[in-house]
Amino acid sequence: MQGFVPTATDGNMATEFHNLQELRHSASLANKIFIQRDYSEGTTCKFQTKFPSELESRIEWTLFEDTVKTLNNYYAEAEKIGGQSYLEGCLACATAYLIFLCMETRYEKVLKKIAKYIQEQNEKIYAPRGLLITDPIERGMRVIEICIYEDRGSSGSSSGSSSVSGSTAR
Amino acid sequence: MSAVMITRKVRKWEKLPGKNTFCCDGRVMMARQKGVFYLTLFLIVGTCALFFAFECPYLAVHLSPAIPVFAVLLFLFVIAMLLRTSFSDPGVLPRALPEEAMFIEMEIEAANGNVPTGQRAPPRIRNVQINNQIVKLKYCYTCKIFRPPRASHCSICDNCVDRFDHHCPWVGNCVGKRNYRYFYLFTLSLSMLTIYIFTFDIVHMVMREFLLFLIRRDTQFTVLEVLVCFFTLWSVVGLTGFHTYLISLNQTTNEDIKGSWSGKNRVQNPYSHKNIIKNCCEVLCGPTYPSVLSVVIAASAPFQNVVLRLQKTTAPLIPNEHTPDDAKPSIAASAEKSPSPREEHPPAPKVPPLASPETDVEDKTH
Repeated sequence: MQGFVPTATDGNMATEFHNLQELRHSASLANKIFIQRDYSEGTTCKFQTKFPSELESRIEWTLFEDTVKTLNNYYAEAEKIGGQSYLEGCLACATAYLIFLCMETRYEKVLKKIAKYIQEQNEKIYAPRGLLITDPIERGMRVIEICIYEDRGSSGSSSGSSSVSGSTAR
Repeated sequence: MSAVMITRKVRKWEKLPGKNTFCCDGRVMMARQKGVFYLTLFLIVGTCALFFAFECPYLAVHLSPAIPVFAVLLFLFVIAMLLRTSFSDPGVLPRALPEEAMFIEMEIEAANGNVPTGQRAPPRIRNVQINNQIVKLKYCYTCKIFRPPRASHCSICDNCVDRFDHHCPWVGNCVGKRNYRYFYLFTLSLSMLTIYIFTFDIVHMVMREFLLFLIRRDTQFTVLEVLVCFFTLWSVVGLTGFHTYLISLNQTTNEDIKGSWSGKNRVQNPYSHKNIIKNCCEVLCGPTYPSVLSVVIAASAPFQNVVLRLQKTTAPLIPNEHTPDDAKPSIAASAEKSPSPREEHPPAPKVPPLASPETDVEDKTH
C-alpha cells in the first residue's frame, strides 16, 4: 500500500494530483469497523483500546492504541469537572448563559483540538496504510469509525466483513 | 483542481428522523406538540405583565423602586431559562447509520450463536461494569444502537436522548443531558418569581385596605395574580424540591420512576459520588456538552488537505456501487474540520442560539 497517499510534506501539487488520479482508480472502501465506548468509568466519553482483529494486518497496535488513548485524554480534559468548569458554569449562569454568544465553551475548544488531531493522524499514519478515522462526534460520540480501504488494483474484491470485531463491552 | 464540487447543501438536522420540529435554521429544536408550552409562556408573561402594570407603580413609590427592578431581572432570567430549555437539543443521540447497525447486528448474532427456528432470540442486552456495578445496556430497535447508560428513548419525540430525565410538555421538549441544568434553573427561578409576586401582592393588599380589594375593579387583577401564583406555587415549588433531591443523589426522573437504584434491585447508583456537593456540582456546573446534531459534515475548505482530496476523488467521483452513500460525506468530513467552525454561535444572532445551529451538509448528489 505504499504511496497510497502523498504525505502532506510533499508540496508538489503535480505529484499529488498524479497520485490522486491513480488512487481514484485504485482505492475503494472495503470495510468499516467501529470502536465502541468504554463505560467502565461511567458516562464520561472514553473509547475501548482493544485492538480490533481487522486491523491486525494493517497497522501496528501501538499506533492504534496511542491514537485512542490520546483521544480519550482529550475527552477527559473536555469533561473534567474542576475549578475551570465551575468558573465557566457560574459565570454563564450569572449572565443567563448569554455569555456563550461571545465565548466558546471549553468543550468546543477541545473538540477543535480533537478534530485537528484526527486530521493529522489520518494524514500521517492512517491514510498511508489505507485507513481512515472518522471523528466520533459525527457518529454521535458513540463510536470511532475506521474505514478500511482496499487497493482495487492489487486485490480484486473487497475484503469481506464477515469477521466480527470482538470489541463488545464486558 | 480538486474536482469534487458539491452542489446542494443539506442541513444535517433536516435528515434527522424523529418527531422534532426545527426553526430558525436549526437553532430551535422542539417537540411537535407545543400547545402547553405556549400556555406556560402565556401564564408567566401574563401574570408578570399584570404585576408590572398594577402592583409595581404603587410598590415602587410606597416601598422601594428596587422591587420592580428585581422583578424585571428575575422575570428575564425565567424567560431566558425557559427558552433555553425549550429550544435546545436535549442530547439527542443520532440513529446508527446502516453500516454501524449492521456491525452491531453481526456482533449480536455472533454472541447469541444459532437460535433454533421457532424460538425467540434472547433479549438484546449488554452488561457493562460501571464503578463495580453491573449496568444493563438495552438495544433500541428504533435507533438501532445499544443505548449508552442513562440514555432512554422518548416515544413522544421518537429519539434516544442521553441522560434522559423526562419529556416535559410545559417546556415542549425533552429534558436530557444538555438542557437539564437550564430546566432546573427555570423551575428554581420560577419558584422564586412566583413567591416574589405572591408576597408582594399580599403586601400590596395589606397596605391598601384589604376588604375593599375584592370589590374595587382595578384591584381585581391583583386577586387574579394571587390565585395564579397560589396554584403555581404548589406545583412549581414541589417540582423544584423534587429535582433538588434528584440532583443531590445524581439520579434522573426516569431512573427514579423506574426504581433503578432503589429497593429490591439492590444495585446502588454507580454514578453518584456519594457526596451531595459533588453531585450538585457535577450536574449543575459540569461541562456544557455540544450537540452532536450540529456537526459540520463537510466544508468547502480550500486546498489544504491531502486526505480530504483523496477521499473526495477516490470515493465517488467515479460512482462506485460499493461505496455506500453515507460514506461519502463522512469521508470528506473526517479530514476536514478546522477551518469550519462548528460552534453554537451564529454570525449575527437575533435570537440567542439556544439550540445549536445547523450546518450545511454537502449532499451526496453531484
